[in-house]
Amino acid sequence: MSKPKVGFYWCAACGGCEEAVVDLNEDILKVVAAVDILFWPVALDFKREDVEKLNDRELAVCFINGAIRSSEQFEMVELLRKKSGLLIAFGSCSHLGGIPGLANLFNREAILANSYKEVFSVENPQGIYPQQSCQVPEGTVTLPALWNTVKALDQVIDVDYYLPGCPPPVELIKDAVAAILGGKLPAKGTVLAPDKALCEVCPRKESKPEKPQLREFKRPHELVIDTEKCLLAQGLLCLGSATRSGCGSACVNGNMPCTGCMGPTSRVLDYGAKALSAIASLVGSNDEKEIAAILGKIADPTGTFYRYSLPASLLHRTYNSGQGGN
Amino acid sequence: MSDKNKANSGNFEPRIVAFFCNWCTYTAADLAGTARMTYAPNARVVRVMCSGRLDPQFILMALREGADGVLIGGCHPGDCHYQEGNYKTLRRFTLLKRLLQDMGIENERVRMEWIAASEGDRVQKVMNEMTEQLKKLGPLHLEPVPIDTVHKKVEESVAQAEGVKI
Repeated sequence: MSKPKVGFYWCAACGGCEEAVVDLNEDILKVVAAVDILFWPVALDFKREDVEKLNDRELAVCFINGAIRSSEQFEMVELLRKKSGLLIAFGSCSHLGGIPGLANLFNREAILANSYKEVFSVENPQGIYPQQSCQVPEGTVTLPALWNTVKALDQVIDVDYYLPGCPPPVELIKDAVAAILGGKLPAKGTVLAPDKALCEVCPRKESKPEKPQLREFKRPHELVIDTEKCLLAQGLLCLGSATRSGCGSACVNGNMPCTGCMGPTSRVLDYGAKALSAIASLVGSNDEKEIAAILGKIADPTGTFYRYSLPASLLHRTYNSGQGGN
Repeated sequence: MSDKNKANSGNFEPRIVAFFCNWCTYTAADLAGTARMTYAPNARVVRVMCSGRLDPQFILMALREGADGVLIGGCHPGDCHYQEGNYKTLRRFTLLKRLLQDMGIENERVRMEWIAASEGDRVQKVMNEMTEQLKKLGPLHLEPVPIDTVHKKVEESVAQAEGVKI
């Protein structure tokens, strides 16, 4: 019997998701033994033409990590969608837009100006920006178009399942692969992770006060963190109460507050708004000025609460007067 | 004629979603009605049991679904029927305001007011004020975008990008 064919592809991502696949360690041999990897540019030398030659839906499953922010990424995921039976958004960036999604706080022009002109280490007196096409003696060379708005994978193509996390925890990848190979898949659109908040399963749960009264917010370097006590109660901005579990509490075990990479549970529409609501409600003051002062310690609310999910949020991106908010 | 022009020519009627607390502000709006106070009809009032019921998601959703502004009305501090629901509103709103600012949504578009049950005149004043302010600001361009139109938008943005010196 022929083995199921599998593809991996990355879009706007850091490479951590590919790392997570390699982190399967010896289990990756089982995966390799069970499937045929037909496309994995980061590890194996296959080209786009190889994918184009495949029949429609010939790939049993394709894992895509990274957000979509260029015409090239969009063309590739559209092609892969056509060639795949199951398409899985792998990791925070493809699930919710991820860290690259924070680019939605700016527009394309501002990002290019910053990268190619304003950064203090850049010397570019003629103001040369990357061109989409350029004439050279050998002919025309082209680059993909950079979009104004970063998008999550399901905002551009149809997605069957989501593996959340930055990167997805190895255990969840194993479970997902086992479920796919065994044909035991849940309803389409499911996030392949537990649907409980991290706070519920946190090893520090017992030390969480019944009603935390947050009087100040601290950043991890500003205090010596107690290794046993609830991080929120210590004044750290831990987002465990608003975040899906399934990560094995990796950050919390490492004495770092949860930053929300697993995204929301199924009951939440907008992760950032919900996390903001949870944290702000716990401020231990009723005085308007004092509340503003306490919350003022959160230096960057948008970057904090939408760290991994700005493109998938209700607002998607900054609203530029007169240009529309999409 | 674009929305912006409409706003300038004075034809633009802002849409306001007003979330009023059952015990104070909604009663005040009722009072304004029975006292025949007239005010701008731009707000769609949603009665909630407490302003503390207002999930920030509701506010973003209202803006996403076409509101030009959101008005939140609750009891004065200390007067909350549920002891401290309005304090929670105050805390959330303080942080949400900063987030909205980051997203480029003007402060005037989302407004919180403490209005007691007896302050019908305050409802009238706030409604009129906010409508005027939004008229000046013009429409908020946050149309809901169904997934099937995204493809079209993407094609458009690729087409737009073509030939643009980036």
